[in-house]
Amino acid sequence: MSAGSLPSGSQVKDPGYPTPSENYLTNSKGILSWIFTLDHKRIGVMYLVGVTLAFGVAGLLALLIRLHLFQPDGMVFQGEEANNWYNQVFTLHGAIMVFLFIIPSVPAALGNFLVPVMLGAKDVAFPRLNLCSFYLWVFGALFFVSALCASGLDTGWTFYTPYSTTTDSSVILATSGAFILGFSSIFTGLNFIVTINTMRPPGMTWFRMPLFLWATYATSIIQVLATPVLGITLLLLIAERTMHIGIFDPEYNGDPVTFQHFFWFYSHPAVYIMILPAFGIISDLISVHSHKRIFGYRFIAYSSIAIALLGFLVWGHHMFTAGMSSLTTIIFSALTFTVSVPSAIKVFNWLATMYKGSISLTTPMCYALSFIFLFTIGGLTGLHLGTLATDMHLHDTYFVVAHFHYVMVGGTLVAFLGGVFHWWPKMFGKMYSEAGGRLSAFLVFAGFNLTFLPQFILGSRGMPRRYATYDPEFAGLHQMSTYGSMLLGFGLLVALFVLLRSVGAFSRFGLACGKKAPANPWGGATLEWQCTSPPPFYNFERAPAVGDPYDFSDLEWEADEERYVTVEPKREVIPEEQPKPAPAHAEDSN
Amino acid sequence: MSTIEASPEVGHDEHGHDHDHPPFLAHHFDTPEQQFDSGKLGIWLFLVTEVLFFSGMFCAYAIFRALRPEVFEGCSQFLNTKLGAINTGVLLFSSLTMAWAVRCSQLEQHKGLVGTLAATLSCAMIFLGVKAIEYSHKFGMGLLPAGLFAYDPSNPHPDPAGHPPYLAYICAPFALALAGVLVWLVVSAVTGNKFQFAIAKPLSVVCVCFFVGVGLGTFLESGEESADHVDVHADPNGLATASVMLEAEESAAADAAPAIAASGAMIPVDESVLEILATDPTNVGVVSGLNALEQQTAAAGTSTVTGDGAILGAITTTEIDVMTPTTAGVFFSIYYCMTGIHAIHILAGIGVLVWLLVRAVRQDFNRQYFGPVDYVGLYWHLVDLIWIYLFPLLYLIR
Repeated sequence: MSAGSLPSGSQVKDPGYPTPSENYLTNSKGILSWIFTLDHKRIGVMYLVGVTLAFGVAGLLALLIRLHLFQPDGMVFQGEEANNWYNQVFTLHGAIMVFLFIIPSVPAALGNFLVPVMLGAKDVAFPRLNLCSFYLWVFGALFFVSALCASGLDTGWTFYTPYSTTTDSSVILATSGAFILGFSSIFTGLNFIVTINTMRPPGMTWFRMPLFLWATYATSIIQVLATPVLGITLLLLIAERTMHIGIFDPEYNGDPVTFQHFFWFYSHPAVYIMILPAFGIISDLISVHSHKRIFGYRFIAYSSIAIALLGFLVWGHHMFTAGMSSLTTIIFSALTFTVSVPSAIKVFNWLATMYKGSISLTTPMCYALSFIFLFTIGGLTGLHLGTLATDMHLHDTYFVVAHFHYVMVGGTLVAFLGGVFHWWPKMFGKMYSEAGGRLSAFLVFAGFNLTFLPQFILGSRGMPRRYATYDPEFAGLHQMSTYGSMLLGFGLLVALFVLLRSVGAFSRFGLACGKKAPANPWGGATLEWQCTSPPPFYNFERAPAVGDPYDFSDLEWEADEERYVTVEPKREVIPEEQPKPAPAHAEDSN
Repeated sequence: MSTIEASPEVGHDEHGHDHDHPPFLAHHFDTPEQQFDSGKLGIWLFLVTEVLFFSGMFCAYAIFRALRPEVFEGCSQFLNTKLGAINTGVLLFSSLTMAWAVRCSQLEQHKGLVGTLAATLSCAMIFLGVKAIEYSHKFGMGLLPAGLFAYDPSNPHPDPAGHPPYLAYICAPFALALAGVLVWLVVSAVTGNKFQFAIAKPLSVVCVCFFVGVGLGTFLESGEESADHVDVHADPNGLATASVMLEAEESAAADAAPAIAASGAMIPVDESVLEILATDPTNVGVVSGLNALEQQTAAAGTSTVTGDGAILGAITTTEIDVMTPTTAGVFFSIYYCMTGIHAIHILAGIGVLVWLLVRAVRQDFNRQYFGPVDYVGLYWHLVDLIWIYLFPLLYLIR
């Protein structure tokens, strides 16, 4: 694409009013029409590319860690600086995965694409803020890359003081990056809350919203309420390093445990920023691919909000060994258990949805099923860590590593992949190879378990986390874990290959691209399946019929055309009353 | 389980080009009310994030005030209450003019809108001018964050030649802005560009107001000095007066406030509070403070101190030096963090107010479209409100 073929500036600003044959991918052309786009779908696609790149970098670092741990005295990093190198690699793996991949993965990439379409709106409430949020993400990512290039980062992704105020690595660059990424996250969350509150079209009541929207809404609440606290914490840390303000630095009478409290006040809710949208995806996937109404819709919706709120009360369980008073630890431990109630509600409702459903084992469903299995293990092992007595033993061991990887990778990443496979036909208008997709789901599931199940055993036997070397008796389990990580990496590459092949990335090598996707390939009843695949620029050529998002009774599979069609609507045509808020300045109108 | 087709005026084929789609209405909104409500909810959520952002510092303030109450009491004496009070008044007045501006935009009083916005901006500038005096004065005395703290009780007002001209540094960008606006004013007047002239005119007044603030601050700060501090360097002719003042202060030495500033800042501390705090192992600051205290008392030969934490039964009060980097420095760290980030918010507010001023001169706002003025107004009130909390917490509570 040469610069000469770029469209004129006016074309970029005003993309025109597309005819039905045009979609959001084709309605304006040229690289500038992407760079300055205000279309939530294009911003979502840009995020998708961005977070995938970040995931690739951090994933390679993870493989490097696993390779190094193949031998008890370390295989990759040798010499005097070996431990230092190891520290930098696991720190960057964690920091990039958390700040650049998991937090924006589902909300920013899939959420941006889906929230307005599922809602029946034309765009998010603040399209310019949305684009700004994407560029803040890019800017923050650049800070991380520069930290990598400058002198690395070896504090762990948590930046604990006092080490982070004394180490020589580029803490300031990395924390500035995280600070900027925080703003990106806040703006995305703010945008979604406002969009869901004010942009719902007539008929789209709160309880007609797909559960993905409920989960996104709950996530956005956390993003708006928790992220500013991380912002000020990192700002104070930067000030501590530059001016020694003495708030966290014990050398100047500061209190390093204060930093831990500040940090986890954000970072524990941030764990729910990572997992809640995954819950939303799974709720939709399970229901659509079981062709059965979701069981306990309101319970799932409310449990998302409950998790969002409870998530603010449990940060202390990261600090049981930091020397809090026993009363405090008991309270935090008890509160931690309450979070398992809404989480269990979700899992039971998903199982009840599948019961007597007509399950099709499509690729997204395979991912959704592995999510339920893996997340259940991840959630239940969380109870071991929330229990005071066992946590004293398991704290800072591989048990913790395995636990949060079961939640973050087995949970969020698998749900993200399931979501991408589910909505890929909608986003790009192409069907992928089902066989390839299912193969990738199986490889990811097998590789993941092989990687992280041994780590539970390692941890409970006392293998501490964040060490570059280990005792020879742990070698067998570590090697199993390393083989598993290779399999997991291979499975992810297969998934990438299947998806890219479907949009014709390998057509020059003679690999045909996928078939054209119908508007509704899975038989979903939510609004995004009513518009064409890919959607037109303003999402809907005509106003969508807003109904029950989980009523599949009038959808039937048309075998000849290979798509779902609506047969004689059994839905009533009585509009549900939606109170319109009286605007304050209504009397001033006209 | 009912379905409706959305009413035909909402979201049909020709998205965004309805006849009743006014120019200020973004394409993806259906009605001006929807656009206004979205913006309003958006700005409220943004204000929530702002409150939480500041809450981190308020927490730090609460923690360290609870840990070291004597430091906060001693150090707040260094903050000039008069200047703080003036700034509080200025900000309150600016909130009034801001609210007035919102009303003007609703009533389409374009001249009134420009005037009230300019008044709000002027108040913001006066605030910053006064703040510049406060900051430069403290920089000069070495009252800096912990790592840079350089206060010397025997020489509280070092020779101005001995440190960089902080005030000039702070004023330079504002002087540049003033010069730029004045040049713009002259050029637009000469070329007859009425639109630009109408913007440059209020802006020049606004820029001058920064220096009004500086003047006001200088006047009050010097008045404060002759009353509270002894500054023999400032005025050779005032030497006699100063020494008289010093005697008066010493005679009133029971009154802690001036004595601290003048004579090395030793104030009594309630040991029992520290002792209770020290039993909590997370209170690293207190433990290290107590250790310092042990050394101090040991040096003074009045030691009844035993080992870690289980100490001080016999001592009821001890003198503790609050003017060291690890004690007073932390107070000034928190002071600079809170007021500095607040000042950054004022600067950001000045930025958006100037943007509003340009749009007001262009007469963008009307009965149906006054959202931006309203949103900036809410932001401005929040910045004002945060100062309302900062002023008593830092300046008044003793």
